[in-house]
Amino acid sequence: MSVGAPRGLASSGQKLITEILHPLSAAEEPLSPGQDVTISAEKDKEPGLTNGTPVEISSPASASVLLSRLQLDCEPEADAHDAFGSGEPRDLFVTVNDPKKHVSTMETYITYRVSTKTTRIEFDLPEYSVRRRYQDFDWLRIKLEDSQPTHLVPPLPEKFVMKGVVDRFSEEFVDTRMKALDKFLKRVADHPVLSFNPHLNAFLTAKDLNKRQGLALLTKVGESVKNVAGGYKLRARPAEFSAMGEYLDTFSQKLGTIDRISQRILREQSEYLTELREYGAVYSTWAASEEQLQRPLEGVAGCVTTSCGALEDLSDNMSQDFLPVLREYVLYIESMKSVLRKRDQVQAEYEGRLEAAVLRKQEDRTPIPVEVEKCQDKVECFNADLKADWERWQRNKRQDFKQLLTGMADKNINYYEKSQAAWESLIPLLQEKQTEDKTSETN
Amino acid sequence: MVERGTALLKKMEISVAEADKRTGKNTVNMQETYTVYLIETRPAESVSEGGTPVAPDTLWRRYSEFELLRTYLLVTYPYIIVPPLPEKRAEFVWHKLSADNLDPDFVERRRVGLENFLLRLASHPVLSNDSIFFLFLTEVLFLLFQKADSRLKSLSAMFRVKNPDKRFTALKHYSEDLSTVISQLLRIRARVADRLYGVYKVHGNYGRVFSEWSAIEKEMGDGLQSAGHHMDTYAASIDDILEEEEHYADQLKEYLFYTEAVRSVCRKHELIQYELEMAAQDLSYKKQQKEELETGTVRIFSLKGMTSKLFGQETQEQRESKVAALEQSIQEGEEALKEKNAESQEFVEKAWNDIERFKEQKEKDLREALISYAIMQISMCKKGIQVWSNAKECFNKM
Repeated sequence: MSVGAPRGLASSGQKLITEILHPLSAAEEPLSPGQDVTISAEKDKEPGLTNGTPVEISSPASASVLLSRLQLDCEPEADAHDAFGSGEPRDLFVTVNDPKKHVSTMETYITYRVSTKTTRIEFDLPEYSVRRRYQDFDWLRIKLEDSQPTHLVPPLPEKFVMKGVVDRFSEEFVDTRMKALDKFLKRVADHPVLSFNPHLNAFLTAKDLNKRQGLALLTKVGESVKNVAGGYKLRARPAEFSAMGEYLDTFSQKLGTIDRISQRILREQSEYLTELREYGAVYSTWAASEEQLQRPLEGVAGCVTTSCGALEDLSDNMSQDFLPVLREYVLYIESMKSVLRKRDQVQAEYEGRLEAAVLRKQEDRTPIPVEVEKCQDKVECFNADLKADWERWQRNKRQDFKQLLTGMADKNINYYEKSQAAWESLIPLLQEKQTEDKTSETN
Repeated sequence: MVERGTALLKKMEISVAEADKRTGKNTVNMQETYTVYLIETRPAESVSEGGTPVAPDTLWRRYSEFELLRTYLLVTYPYIIVPPLPEKRAEFVWHKLSADNLDPDFVERRRVGLENFLLRLASHPVLSNDSIFFLFLTEVLFLLFQKADSRLKSLSAMFRVKNPDKRFTALKHYSEDLSTVISQLLRIRARVADRLYGVYKVHGNYGRVFSEWSAIEKEMGDGLQSAGHHMDTYAASIDDILEEEEHYADQLKEYLFYTEAVRSVCRKHELIQYELEMAAQDLSYKKQQKEELETGTVRIFSLKGMTSKLFGQETQEQRESKVAALEQSIQEGEEALKEKNAESQEFVEKAWNDIERFKEQKEKDLREALISYAIMQISMCKKGIQVWSNAKECFNKM
């Protein structure tokens, strides 16, 4: 491998994404067609992404370690399970924050800062900071889905919002969306396969994300999955995948119910808040016509006001933190269901071809073509990927909901604590005897 | 809330212990169902050596009998702010409370209110000594004179007073303000209770969906299921919370009705003042008449004056007899005025005595009501924290 003249950082100029090398391109071993490795690299490009100093070529040993790690996801289940084991230390951290509004003559939009910290050698620098807009996340997601069709790609928050109904630039909307984008990116970064996708790398590191020319990284699996005609009918879906489908349907339904209940609670709380404010105001009015009772009554009005504020915080939190996460999971479920459907299609194709090949063999003893065996591999690979992803998805779901629901409980506890503190501090005020002299009520 | 240690209460314990339903024929000879309340009285030092308390004297009374007693007291002691009865019909209800007079919750709160009424009477420095009140507590047969009504009517007549005591005017305005603000407060409180009820009850739906969801989960199932139970508990807790708050509402209502009693004392003062002014006016008119007759000048425009001008003067004799009659009248008028003045002063003194006593009682009672309300709110918050902490524990086990 020769090291060419040092190039400037991709960020310092308008580099085509195709020219930005993935460090894997330093790998020595050619990728054989039989190995369904999901990433293939351009061989003749030179490593770049440095600011002038020649890049250290990844040694063949480490590159092959990487490769073998990637190969593992097509091994039979036992090894795949290891690869997805939770014992692996995390070496890629991403964060989405700092929203900013950009106004140009053509349009107004929001960008977010995407910060990366990593020790992976696929990245040249340990830290990156770039700005991305929603479109860029959308691009990334499409690229991931295209290049990793056997894997579950996390969902993005809703793309389209009705203008006039939702203020796209309000603090709450932007904040909610940003949190969802952060979640999305973190999930991708945590995924043992998706996180090594070169599109992700580009997304995290390139100064200007030129999306028009995507990396031509469609693998054979990718292409063939995309090109599967709908003509094949699935014969027998393995029970475990049927169970997954049923679970997802029911789960989605329950989440929808929880969503509706939460919205109802928010409505009731809002009406309660309206009445409560008026209630507090009457105590103030009353206080004005009293002497000795004036301070106690004002005190009560104050407590009611404090409770109102605390309730408002609770409701805001439910609508900004709780509900969006709930809805995002419904989208996640839809993604998972579509992956299940794709799996069905791949299996159907295999069954169809096998059947045709067997018939031909019976007729004129044509041997079963290699393509059919490759189809079988595909099916097994897909199943393995899916099962591994399912396990990981279940684990994450458990964590996510644990966090979501304990968060909801915490906010409610918080609300009551604030209210309780206010009323408790009122009691001594109510109990203190007035020591003022009573002025006589003479004319 | 009601002080012990005053005259009657030193001698006896009073309580309204129970309520019961009766049926009988009413004034238009139709069957009706009504509630009666058991009044128990017992001498104060009644704990015998054996340890078992002496059995109380008891009698049953219905609400309308309490009303008769109160009317009697209003008429007999117009300078006293007579404690009010609990409401006749349930008002300021929020949706769950029945407005039915036979509803057990309403009956129970009314029982408490009637007992409170009797205790207030028994602890009042003036009213507790009333013999009719004593009979009410102890004699089964209780017939009240109806002529109380006519005197009561005069209390609500409208008339213009020139020089009312400013303190009474101020008090009247205060009691009007208080009445308005407490009514407002009770109305809004009922709406707030309604809404709060809604918030808590909807949480019960979480219980059901968590339960259904737990059925499809493996590890998360138990945590979800238990959390669901806590949500059910949360939703159910609002019933007791709001029931307790009704007591606070009742305390406010008592003072709402008290404002009426205050206003009626103010009106009585105005009536007396009016009669006083009328008497003074009448007297001064007569004096003027006398002066005119004596001096021959006609200052007062009257038909008599005009006719005498037109048709000639009266004879000396006629005039003298008129003057004599007037003098007699004036003397009577002066005595009447003196009496009225004395009556007015006595009224003002006694009334203002009671008003001061009432003010102190009001400050104390309302302060205590606010304290107990604050305690209720704290208790509600603590319950909320408890339930959500329990739920959080379950979520953590998911």
